[in-house]
Amino acid sequence: MTSRIPLPDLFAGLAVLGFGMIGFWQAWAIPVSPLYAQVGPKAIPYVVAAGLTALGAGLVGAAMRGGWSHGIAELTEARPPNRRALGFLFAGLVANLILIGPAGFSIAASAQFVLVAAAFGSRSMARDLLIALPLTLLVWFLFVQGLGVNIGAGLLEGFILRLMGQEPV
Amino acid sequence: MEAINGLQLGFSHALSLSNLGWALLGCFLGTAVGVLPGIGPALTIALLLPITYQVSATGAFILFCGVFYGAMYGGSTTSILLNTPGESGSIITALEGAKMARNGRAGPALATAAIGSFVAGVVGTLGIAFLGPVVVDFALLLGPAEYFSLMLLCFVTVSAVLGGSALRGMISLFFGLSLGLVGIDLQTGQPRMTFGLPELFDGVNVVLVAVALFAVAEALYMAWHHVEGKIQVMPVGSLWLSKSDLKRSFWPWIRGAGLGFPFGVMPAGGTEMPTMLSYYAERKLVAPEHAHEFGTTGAIEGVAGPEAANNAAAAGILVPMLTLGLPTSATAAIMLSAFQSYGIQPGPLLFQTQAELVWTLIASLFIANVMLVVLNLPLIGLWVRILKIPTPQLYAGILVFATIGTYGISNSITDLLLLYGIGIIGMFMRRFDFPVAPVVIGMILGPMAEQALRQAMTISEGDWTTFVTRPGSLAILILAALALIGPRLYGLVMRRWGVPR
Repeated sequence: MTSRIPLPDLFAGLAVLGFGMIGFWQAWAIPVSPLYAQVGPKAIPYVVAAGLTALGAGLVGAAMRGGWSHGIAELTEARPPNRRALGFLFAGLVANLILIGPAGFSIAASAQFVLVAAAFGSRSMARDLLIALPLTLLVWFLFVQGLGVNIGAGLLEGFILRLMGQEPV
Repeated sequence: MEAINGLQLGFSHALSLSNLGWALLGCFLGTAVGVLPGIGPALTIALLLPITYQVSATGAFILFCGVFYGAMYGGSTTSILLNTPGESGSIITALEGAKMARNGRAGPALATAAIGSFVAGVVGTLGIAFLGPVVVDFALLLGPAEYFSLMLLCFVTVSAVLGGSALRGMISLFFGLSLGLVGIDLQTGQPRMTFGLPELFDGVNVVLVAVALFAVAEALYMAWHHVEGKIQVMPVGSLWLSKSDLKRSFWPWIRGAGLGFPFGVMPAGGTEMPTMLSYYAERKLVAPEHAHEFGTTGAIEGVAGPEAANNAAAAGILVPMLTLGLPTSATAAIMLSAFQSYGIQPGPLLFQTQAELVWTLIASLFIANVMLVVLNLPLIGLWVRILKIPTPQLYAGILVFATIGTYGISNSITDLLLLYGIGIIGMFMRRFDFPVAPVVIGMILGPMAEQALRQAMTISEGDWTTFVTRPGSLAILILAALALIGPRLYGLVMRRWGVPR
């Protein structure tokens, strides 16, 4: 135990406090209803925002008294942050976000698959791509043909649909 | 007897070929996700929700319940063979189970876990069938005021009573409540907490939040502290239970089941507490000649009892969900949202208006238990092989399903942004030891509680005292207050007067 205030715990408390403030701001921004109601639309949002703010203050207090992170066994034994893994993982998420619109689900999700696998230490990107493409295509066809959920055909899906003699949706 | 008639009706529907098929598929998927570390039943059911567009309600719920039960069975396999519990209910199983596996007794440990799960599953499902109608009769007497108080009790127990810290549990709950408020207010038509973004007018989808917290956050957190290395799976060996193993397992199964079910039924929810209690009970009650095996070579009683308690508690969780419409675990909350997407409001009327659905579901739970024993014992080799899926491809695959599960709902990149954003928040929640289940429960239960509150206030014509003047409501509120401050008060009293002078 140290007498110093643990900064991460303090930030966590401040973040919750911030969420509470955002709650207040958004509760305040709700237009007053022209309809009469015993409990209007603003009441509960104010209660929830107040609760979150109070709990956030409590958490800041807990951090000031020395925090709680040092008591979590999983953390004290944890190894240093793995920047490479986190970086690859975030790259995967971003690649998916950028590609899913213009290129379609299979390509975007395959790019994500390869990057996420690399994040967790997979060495062969080519092999991962060979797993990813059939997997994502299978999932796409399951969703679109099996469940009737229209997620839109991208480049790859459209190409395969045309090969099968169907018009892409 | 309502239960007997109901079960007759239920089995007549559940034994149809298509319903048996849904049960088998659910059990299979459930065992698989239970075995795989990193995926649990809540995430799986959330990702399967799109089938509600195509499949009948009965089929879908049989599938979901198969997944729910199957994950409980599968979780024990991971605990025993890997010493890494797949879900929270299996943490205790790993204590003795992994030690047995290290001493070459993985087979008997798996067998006692599977048979114990079966015994407890059957006891628990019988409990649902016979207790359900009784709870319904009682629940029909409750008005909106009592319902609101009951939901408050539920909030307190899921956030403040379970888990490491009441403060962090309640923060998770309030985060969920805030998310539940987003969207158009149904009563007055005002947009709330939307930051003026039209994309948020329909609210935040609970599937999105569940997938973000259980898949994206999990993957991010695992990457954060990732170290490369091979997972080591213990060899299974022979599954046969010797006569002495059977004799030593029998009473722990029964005691575990008896202990677990009431815990599941009470809105305290959760499977951690009953499994822990069962473990300590078995440790106390073990025959003296086997006592030394606890904590050393692994005692079979310490696997049989907690594993039975785990499954009985899981069955018990279905009682408040089906009879009161109150979810007390994240999985139950997702199932509740599935009911809502069929336009079915779970609650006391469910047993009357949807009798066929409810009883078919309960009958299917019996069938699922039989299927699961068969799937888990003779097919154990298959699950061991699933355990060997390498981590990189496993997490990559989970994120592919997470993406389509979210993008498929709305085709919107805003939702994907929200998915990743909430996933990052979830990663920090894991880091700072905030429980995630209260987020999902608060999100589902919050809007229902607000509606009950408004109904109660309309009935009482704006009189807030209605919650304390109606005896039923007052009693529940006192319970909630006790659950919130009771443990702290007890601790305080013990410190003041319990310390020797």
